[in-house]
Amino acid sequence: MRRPSLRVLSITTIAAFCVSLSLVFFYAPIEAEEGFLQKIFYLHVPLAIVTLCGFVIGGLCAIAHLRTRDQRWDLRSYVAIHMSLIFGVAVLITGSIWARGSWGHWWVWSEPTLVSFLIIMLLYATYQPLRFAIEDPERQARYASVFAITAGAFVPMNFLAVRLSASYLHPRVLGSSSNLPASMGFTFLVSLVAIALLFATLCSYELAAKRTRILLKARSRILGYQS
Amino acid sequence: MLRALLRKELLVELRTLESIPGMSLFAVTTFVVFHFALNQDTVSGQEAAGILWVTLLFAAMLGINRLFVADADQGGFDGFLLAPVERTALLIAKATALLAYLLVLELIAVPAFGLLLLGPPLGQALPGLLAPLALGDIGVAAIGTLVAALAVRTRARDLLGPLLALPLLVPIVIGCARASAPLLYATRPGGPPLRWLGTLALYDLVFGLIAYAVFDFLLED
Repeated sequence: MRRPSLRVLSITTIAAFCVSLSLVFFYAPIEAEEGFLQKIFYLHVPLAIVTLCGFVIGGLCAIAHLRTRDQRWDLRSYVAIHMSLIFGVAVLITGSIWARGSWGHWWVWSEPTLVSFLIIMLLYATYQPLRFAIEDPERQARYASVFAITAGAFVPMNFLAVRLSASYLHPRVLGSSSNLPASMGFTFLVSLVAIALLFATLCSYELAAKRTRILLKARSRILGYQS
Repeated sequence: MLRALLRKELLVELRTLESIPGMSLFAVTTFVVFHFALNQDTVSGQEAAGILWVTLLFAAMLGINRLFVADADQGGFDGFLLAPVERTALLIAKATALLAYLLVLELIAVPAFGLLLLGPPLGQALPGLLAPLALGDIGVAAIGTLVAALAVRTRARDLLGPLLALPLLVPIVIGCARASAPLLYATRPGGPPLRWLGTLALYDLVFGLIAYAVFDFLLED
């Protein structure tokens, strides 16, 4: 059951990436002020949106885990947060490159979105140390879920606080996507879909690998008892 | 029930004096360290607000780290779980005790700050400082209790407590430092901006509710 869906997901992701990259490079117009550098917008912003959604999804899976006590929800929560952390590093790197190109500095403190993103990454960086500092697997899952819920709620709150504290320098991508030219908006949406598909595919692969490992462990335990 | 738990917390602290003296001493020492590190006799404005809040935050961290240690090591959790009471009672009692520690800490640290480092007289800023101090304390108490309970039964609890708490407390530092900065200018001090007090109150409320919602799950075994 699982293998065909993984294959379908992978092929869809590759196709979506081909479409989105060709749109980015051949269809979307070169932006007047920033020139070619603005193309990183189609990578950076979808990555950031997917990362933040991944963190929130991790929190929602954690709520499901605490409600149902089904370990599979904890596994999903773990995988979503783990993958978001990897995507988050990419967001920080692409964001830094963009900031360097358009404002001349690798890091800009007056830029609320970048700063709040860093704080969120610093918080989630403690997810795995916390998780693996607990030995009992049941308690580990429970504590990790409590963390995931707290941190998931922290994501929007932190954005609110940091945005209030800084001036508005960042291009207001989310609020102002309506006044993007239609071709740019379309390219952006396709890129967002491609990145979201990539996230889903990588999560499914990690989930499949983790499930297989759990299965193998169980099997080898049974075999070990028999011999 | 709540009163009994709170009484136990405060009694244990009064008899052992494990947290409050250490926190206060740490705060005063940190002011001295800031004096030498910045090589300044007096500070004012945003700088003063920053020093005050960083010091209070790190001093609070000492209390947060110790908050559940005795319960985890000496069977306090087991005793509590055997009693037929709501588990959230422990959260509220611990958070109230932490709030009390923070109030005592500030009774010592804020005058010491005025004496040692603050340029403009403390008296004119003090009435306005009460609101950010109170809102900051409530937030630190709610988040600190939750984080302390999360970290206390892990292998590296002394390390994980501050690592978990600091990012979660960043919005409180932003709010408190911005709200108290206008009060600490030598010339024409202003009132605390209401925008920041509102943000702080909202943050306290949200994290108070989250702590209330998830605390039960930390106390199941």
